[in-house]
Amino acid sequence: MAKTPYKPPTQSLLGQTFDTLFLLALVMAALFIPLYLGLAGGGKTTLELKDTTWAGMGQNATMQAQWEKLGFTAGPKTEENATSAAELISSRFDYSFEPVELAITALVVIGYFFIVFHWSKKEYRDVIDERFNNK
Amino acid sequence: MTQTTAVHGERISLLRVLGPGHVWALGVGIVLVGEYMGWNFAVGKGGAIAALIACWVAGLLYTCVAMIDSEVTSTVAAAGGQYAQAKHIVGPLMAFNVGLFLVFAYTMLEAANAITLGYLVQTVGSMAGFADTHDKPFIVLTIMFLAWLNYRGVYATLTFNLVITAIAFVAIWVLFFAVQPWSSVYMKHGDLLTGLPYGWLGVLAALHFGMWYYLGIEGTTQAAEEVRSPARALPLGTMTGIITLLIAATMTWYICAGIMPWEYLGQAVTPLFDAARLTDSTLLMVLLFIGTIFSTLASANGCINDASRAWFSMGRDRYLPQVFGAVHPKYRTPYRAIVFLVPVALVFAYFAPLDQVITFSILSGLLEYTFMAINVIMFRQKWPLGVIKRGYVHPFHPLPALVLLLLCSVTYFAVFLGYGTQLIAMMVFYIVASLWFAFHRYKFVRRGAQFTMPWPKPVGY
Repeated sequence: MAKTPYKPPTQSLLGQTFDTLFLLALVMAALFIPLYLGLAGGGKTTLELKDTTWAGMGQNATMQAQWEKLGFTAGPKTEENATSAAELISSRFDYSFEPVELAITALVVIGYFFIVFHWSKKEYRDVIDERFNNK
Repeated sequence: MTQTTAVHGERISLLRVLGPGHVWALGVGIVLVGEYMGWNFAVGKGGAIAALIACWVAGLLYTCVAMIDSEVTSTVAAAGGQYAQAKHIVGPLMAFNVGLFLVFAYTMLEAANAITLGYLVQTVGSMAGFADTHDKPFIVLTIMFLAWLNYRGVYATLTFNLVITAIAFVAIWVLFFAVQPWSSVYMKHGDLLTGLPYGWLGVLAALHFGMWYYLGIEGTTQAAEEVRSPARALPLGTMTGIITLLIAATMTWYICAGIMPWEYLGQAVTPLFDAARLTDSTLLMVLLFIGTIFSTLASANGCINDASRAWFSMGRDRYLPQVFGAVHPKYRTPYRAIVFLVPVALVFAYFAPLDQVITFSILSGLLEYTFMAINVIMFRQKWPLGVIKRGYVHPFHPLPALVLLLLCSVTYFAVFLGYGTQLIAMMVFYIVASLWFAFHRYKFVRRGAQFTMPWPKPVGY
């Protein structure tokens, strides 16, 4: 026997506005919480450069010429030497990590997909049932 | 199949006016900016050679995406692209998530484009003696102008994209020949390539930004309801698009890696423009300035087009408040969706650093590609070949899907290296949004009406 098709309630304009604002707030939170907590870009570190001459920073003659053409200078970065390349050259990523961090991240991604696919399958049965079995 | 929306009692739909050239322009137009900025952060994560390996591995990932996408899209030709596919093949919650992946991948890409344009105007302003030039007004102007253009109509928007994308593409070719890649006048790969500064771990890490060379090519599917012949135009536009991008990506790497130190290249905002500066040719500088501006405009333009179509489709299906499902009575565009996404793009472009914005975009894209790999396997299981008419059948199934799944897994690890917090923040966002949809929003959605394709019942149901 065919089931009665599901009749969704009509959402008021106020409800629609609230839903829209909720989504907007959620998006902003995803951006600003990592930035606000200073966690964004946390995977970077700075090399300690003892010698900030071009050669001391590991730059050969060709590299030096290109840095200079781009407007950079050697030496430590100070107020007087604001165009120093030392900051760029010493910036590095820190790829050290705890295996448990990796395991948690993997679990979150896999768990997310598992739950979304599983839940979708349940909802999809209703969709197919109503679309094909109510004719 | 064209769906319609009621406005003042009249049924109106999106206009079918686009050809394969527009589809190519939409795909390449969104992505070509990836050659002008962003890809080079892969150099920062692993060195120049790692970035080249990442460029080709990501190229393989996107070839799988294009193959899969061409088959599914030419069969599920509805606005919203992968969102409409998820709705028909996987189910509502996945569709809702895919819709959000699309919207945020494109909106963040739009924000990244506006940041780059603003930065370039500020740089060139300073070089021209206008030291007080500020990037922020240009960021706002770019987003507002393009949103207005999209509001006014899709044909004018994508024709505009076709022209400026072609100019930006030609600029890369001109620079490539101008630096005489056959000689060592400008190209100093021998002196500038420094091996793998982070070892092979850096090669893996570089894959994160290697995706930026191609991210958005799958956006061709968003125009499915507006192309005259989806079965022909969508596969043709998408596959020629990916070939164009593979060529442009390799040329871009060759020019930049051979002309500037990797430490600079890995953190530059406008690497191709910088490459032109290093040739000492004013003509090339002007050309690459124009190329960068045009590529950012074309990309942001396509992004607004795609993000708004996905948002519109979700509104039309009541996955989002119904107000977003409206088509403009005169311009026939999803105008409310276009307007709603403007402040989101503005906030990200105004406050967030470029690499963070790009990472948000890449992560949404990555989640989408993971879905696509599983989706095509389910598609073939539920409707085997011969059961429904497909516009295009991709070869070697399920190999492309399995390769895509493997490459996505590796890329998650690449993002985890250095940007693990963003990865978790993004996942938390999608988990909270999913809970909101499953336990609140879905009650407003009609059940059977979500399935609109004229197909038989899927196998197993």
